Amino acid sequence: MKKFAAALAGAVFAMSFAAPALAKDKTIAVSWKTFQEERWKTDEAAIRAVVEAAGNKYISTDAQLSAQKQAADIEGLISQKVDVILVVAFDSDAILPSFKAASDAGVKMLSYDVLVEDPNALYVTFDNVGVGRLMAKEILAAKPEGNYAFIKGDKGDPNATFLFEGITEVLKENLDAGKIKNVCETFTDGWKPDNAQKNMEQCLTANGNKIDAVVSENDGMASGVVAALDAQGLAGTVPVSGQDGDKAALNRVALGTQTVSVWKDARALGKVAAEAANAIAEGTDPTTLPGVSRFAGGAKKIEVNAILLAPNPITKANLSDVIDAGWISKDEACAGVAAGAVPACG
Amino acid sequence: MSNSGNTGSGPAASEEGPLARFLRATEIDTRMLGMIAALLVIWVGFDVYSGMLRPGLGIFGGSFLWPRNLWILLVQTSTIAVMTTGMVLIIVMRHIDLSVGSMLSFIAVATGVLQVFHLGPALGVGHPAIWLIAVIFAVVLGGLIGCFNGFLVAYARIPSFIVTLGGLIAFGGSAFLIASGVTVAPMDKTFKIIGGNGPLASIGPFWSWVLGVLACVGIVLAILNSRRQRTRFKFPLRPVWAELFIGAVGCVVALGTTAVVNAYAWPHKVAEAYALENNITIPAGIENVDGEAICMAAGKVVKCADGLIFQTGYPIPVLIALSVGFLMTFIANRTRFGRYVFAIGGNPEAAELAGINTKKLTMLVFTLMGALVGVSAVIASARLDAATTALGTLSELYVIAAAVIGGTSLAGGIGTIYGAMLGALLMQSLQSGMTLLNFESAYKDIVVGSVLVFAVFVDQIYRRRVK
Repeated sequence: MKKFAAALAGAVFAMSFAAPALAKDKTIAVSWKTFQEERWKTDEAAIRAVVEAAGNKYISTDAQLSAQKQAADIEGLISQKVDVILVVAFDSDAILPSFKAASDAGVKMLSYDVLVEDPNALYVTFDNVGVGRLMAKEILAAKPEGNYAFIKGDKGDPNATFLFEGITEVLKENLDAGKIKNVCETFTDGWKPDNAQKNMEQCLTANGNKIDAVVSENDGMASGVVAALDAQGLAGTVPVSGQDGDKAALNRVALGTQTVSVWKDARALGKVAAEAANAIAEGTDPTTLPGVSRFAGGAKKIEVNAILLAPNPITKANLSDVIDAGWISKDEACAGVAAGAVPACG
Repeated sequence: MSNSGNTGSGPAASEEGPLARFLRATEIDTRMLGMIAALLVIWVGFDVYSGMLRPGLGIFGGSFLWPRNLWILLVQTSTIAVMTTGMVLIIVMRHIDLSVGSMLSFIAVATGVLQVFHLGPALGVGHPAIWLIAVIFAVVLGGLIGCFNGFLVAYARIPSFIVTLGGLIAFGGSAFLIASGVTVAPMDKTFKIIGGNGPLASIGPFWSWVLGVLACVGIVLAILNSRRQRTRFKFPLRPVWAELFIGAVGCVVALGTTAVVNAYAWPHKVAEAYALENNITIPAGIENVDGEAICMAAGKVVKCADGLIFQTGYPIPVLIALSVGFLMTFIANRTRFGRYVFAIGGNPEAAELAGINTKKLTMLVFTLMGALVGVSAVIASARLDAATTALGTLSELYVIAAAVIGGTSLAGGIGTIYGAMLGALLMQSLQSGMTLLNFESAYKDIVVGSVLVFAVFVDQIYRRRVK
């Protein structure tokens, strides 16, 4: 949280410092991979606000989960002579030629949330390996040994693997020592909650309910996991992880059926990315931006400039963080919680 | 030969072996027999294989063929099974409905929004009327959407493939819009029961036995009735031993299934919580014993004497699926509507010339499909205890696959409800079994896809040989 706040403060400071010197009328474009998910709207609102506050123009395209459409979108944006394109890549390899074409045409590129291994592009994201680490840390604290189940995301999404890297990194010592046993590990098609529920049911069946902790890679799947545990009367006794800060998940955290939801405030990410985009549009060297480091954690190990924000693990203890930030109302977070059970709910 | 039934196109009696004579006398659909055999092979295979990896409580030492897994398997099958009964009629009429998955997520989210954001605050959370309003809303909304699809197909003359392909895309977007993508949870606590959640979501051992026995009596009565009808219209009769055999098999299946679902007891923790809540005395010693030791000893829960045992019996979603199957079989075989649907599927021009209102019927079949999607949406969202836009997406493929594996011909005119429901059970068995074995999901997709193609291939051979 501190790191996150520092990054944010740094960015805000840089912004307020640099703002008066900025010329207006640059065009910042975003190529979204899809609008079929709630969170991207939150990102968009944050990006648009920062871009427009600096007097620049915001435009966007929606690739509708198609690599071809995204390539065509970027081509179109290049011919419109935009200054900077933020890309949420649908397919991070297939989009590489588009990144090259854009750079050749003098358009500055940012990969947003999803890594594109182009050395000329700035990568702005939450630290996904870090998210995995945070999940594992919370679950480990709740249950240092026993049978662990791992409900991973879609097999085609590199983030599912990044997360798992971070998770195993934290658990490695106890896994090697035999304190923690990996009794089920499954990918979940499309990150779908109902698939996660079925996977968890089979896992409980195969192990005669002897599951001590579940590491689920996101909140949606955690809802399926908790439903499966609930059917066996185990919800609330088995620690479950998640990420995204879904409203239903935060409510589960308050109720005690989910242990942690690692929260990545999309508004903070959008703000930092938009500020970087504004600065780059003016010709600022990306390496001089606040919070920039070198990152080579991708599949091809290509080094890129990156801004990595630290996420915030939300547990019962710090539930007030999300309520105070206006991410969720107290009523929504605390629905059904007994008085006095959770500090944030009163 | 006089008892050979009403098919009348088989080889002469002198060439028949005992098996062929047996099949002819009992008038058993050999295709269904093949499917049941495949199902048994799959079940036994999974149990043996999983037993080799890790000993369990199943019949063959694995973890597939034991009451708990079979109980969950039935619950997991019910959403697809309900929808596939409607898909049979659609495909029989030479149409297709690709929109059922997206429609399911749309209805689930709309129903979720209605009960959580509107009915909850208006009537008070937990009000007993909420679940009923939500269920009616889901089924009616489904019917309306289906009716709209049907109207476009029948009256606007747009091919059903296109109408429902459009629906597949559009309903997904609509589902996202009504809740702006958020997961709607938790569902009403009575509504949740429909999904098979919680101790009250099953009817218990007594009523399960009542149902099992009723089913058995029903089978016997149906056999007697058909015999009477055949005598009345001077149709050839089945030999008495064949009638007895069918009756016996039917009763064994009905009572056996009842025994299996009854053998699954409430999980230990659920039973304990329920006992505490309702002031039921917990038998001495339960606190000190491990949950598994009490409730799952040797897989024979019933004989676990000193524990707190609640047998579950039939879960509600399975009962819904079975009732839908029964109703749809009745509609397909016994009503004028059903006969017309098959007549249109067999030869649309002839049916139209014979004076059947094909347009109205098409619209009605799509309406029925929509209403069934509504039922499935209720089961799916109740089971997950949440409504999300991801719920049900892509399930159209499984619904169509189940119908086709169950012997529904894409050329139209041929298909059975029970076949499609068995097809759904077969596919879910494959998926659950492979998950149990920790198969990588990529292999699961390959196996399920291959089975679909293989099933149709076998079906084609069968049809050619019958001709």
